[in-house]
Amino acid sequence: MHSIPGRRLVMGLFLIFLLLPIYWLVNMSFKTNSEIVSTMTLWPHTPTLQHYKRIFTDESWYSGYINSLEYVVLNTIISIAVALPAAYAFSRYRFLGDKHLFFWLLSNRMAPAAVYALPFFNLYSAIGLFDTPWAVALAHCIFNVPLAVWILEGFVSGVPREIDETAFLDGYSFPRFFIKILVPLIASGIGVAAFFCFMFSWVELLLARTLTSVQAKPIAAIMTRTVSAAGMDWGLLAAAGVLTIIPGALVIWFVRNYIARGFALGRV
Amino acid sequence: MDKTVNQKAWFLVLPVFLVVAFSAVLPLMTVVNYSMQDTFGNNQFFWNGVGWFKELLDPSTDLGGRFLASLGRNLFFSLVILAIEVPLGIVVALSMPREGWTVAACLVILALPLLIPWNVVGTIWQIFGRPDIGLLGYVLNAAGFDYNYVSNDIDAWVTVIVMDVWHWTSLVALLCYAGLKSIPEAYYQAAQIDGASRWAVFKAIQLPKMNRVLLIAVLLRFMDSFMIYTEPFVVTGGGPGNSTTFVSIELVKIALGQFDLGKAAALSLVYNLIILIVCWIFYTVMTNAGVERKVQASSEEATEPKPSAALKPVPALKPKEGVA
Repeated sequence: MHSIPGRRLVMGLFLIFLLLPIYWLVNMSFKTNSEIVSTMTLWPHTPTLQHYKRIFTDESWYSGYINSLEYVVLNTIISIAVALPAAYAFSRYRFLGDKHLFFWLLSNRMAPAAVYALPFFNLYSAIGLFDTPWAVALAHCIFNVPLAVWILEGFVSGVPREIDETAFLDGYSFPRFFIKILVPLIASGIGVAAFFCFMFSWVELLLARTLTSVQAKPIAAIMTRTVSAAGMDWGLLAAAGVLTIIPGALVIWFVRNYIARGFALGRV
Repeated sequence: MDKTVNQKAWFLVLPVFLVVAFSAVLPLMTVVNYSMQDTFGNNQFFWNGVGWFKELLDPSTDLGGRFLASLGRNLFFSLVILAIEVPLGIVVALSMPREGWTVAACLVILALPLLIPWNVVGTIWQIFGRPDIGLLGYVLNAAGFDYNYVSNDIDAWVTVIVMDVWHWTSLVALLCYAGLKSIPEAYYQAAQIDGASRWAVFKAIQLPKMNRVLLIAVLLRFMDSFMIYTEPFVVTGGGPGNSTTFVSIELVKIALGQFDLGKAAALSLVYNLIILIVCWIFYTVMTNAGVERKVQASSEEATEPKPSAALKPVPALKPKEGVA
């Protein structure tokens, strides 16, 4: 009754469709370059770790991962910290311009990064943040803060209003109530929102590439620049790609039970 | 659950307002400024009024021609991927296993493409589709198709579309799955007692329950495909020729490639305006749907105070549709 006939087949085919290109990338990353260009093999016949070794020993490669993680973590912290009080306000109160403000936030989530690339470049150069993780972290706030507000608002609305009222009657001050009572109650929501901030900051390339040059260059930019400059080193490119998938795969595991609800922005 | 009016709530919203204003309003002002000026280099600017906008909307000029062509391509692309991803996402959500460890496994695999950096998505399909080293390209060519996304327009389009379906169908599926999960078991039992067919259950129970999440899915997919940049840029670079040059790619070419600030700024504003309008339409529809649902829910509660009866017929399910 719940699902459709032949669902196992449909699901199986779809999962294969999803996994096949990823398998091919992993497969490539363990092959030597001569094997890649000379023959078509479904699995590596002479498996090698040389590409991974190169990435982990060459600073210009592994520093990219550190840079990326740096701005992603910064951005996640900023986004959640500013979004929490706002989510509470949107969930509990009406105030002048609340609906317009909410729409304005939403519209920023949808704004194309390409529009902001150039003005961000000017702005962050002018205030001396260009080529630092802070520039990228702040730039990514434009789509992550609205998203975090959106998700958290859904979760805060799930907390009964009586809890606030009881806490205030018990003499809790607002900040104390917020930290001691509300935050633990929506801990899973904060986890989901953090996951989404992490995800969207991690996958974005255009802004991250535009706002960095040498010091804070993210791994994604290193992949596009270095590889095209040195000719096509397919094995190395594949290995770098595989390594960018791993952090995502790790965090999915932790939020697997909340993924669906989170993607619905806490609004199911 | 009426919200109380409290203007002090603005203090709670202030940090968000400042952060987003800093990264949205300030840069946008620069864009407006540039869009009215022309430069011949050396940081010397000349007033150009609405000149760029006139050129932009006139297909006979170079700028206008490029903009409108890329806009057309982009709209076509968005429509195609919506037409594929939404039905496919619903089917996949309906195919989800019901319980056990397979649920978690399916969820994790489904979410995997969403967490791959967009340029790596491009790289994956670049490698997968190449006729010399990619499985897909190799197999297609071995099967007699002359497939090469680097030189053939149609092949490039097919590759970009299949890549997007691969990348984002999971989002639609996960959203629909979340909607399906919120349907109480009692609805299905009632439908079974009424002898409803599979199709009737889908039409009368599952689809209405997925309405809201589907709206979010369509909104997100439309917006994100409308500003797609990285994936096609990595795979095709906008080519062959200009055949997969979408609006964002065109914009970055003008802004960061040619450093043509005035033209790029004018394009940005028009682009942003389109997004804003579409966004507003969706937002209105979405909030209205929410209000209707609340009204409906409260009236249901009022008429039937005991929702516990498992045998309660589903209000939305009309018997004449249900009998198969």
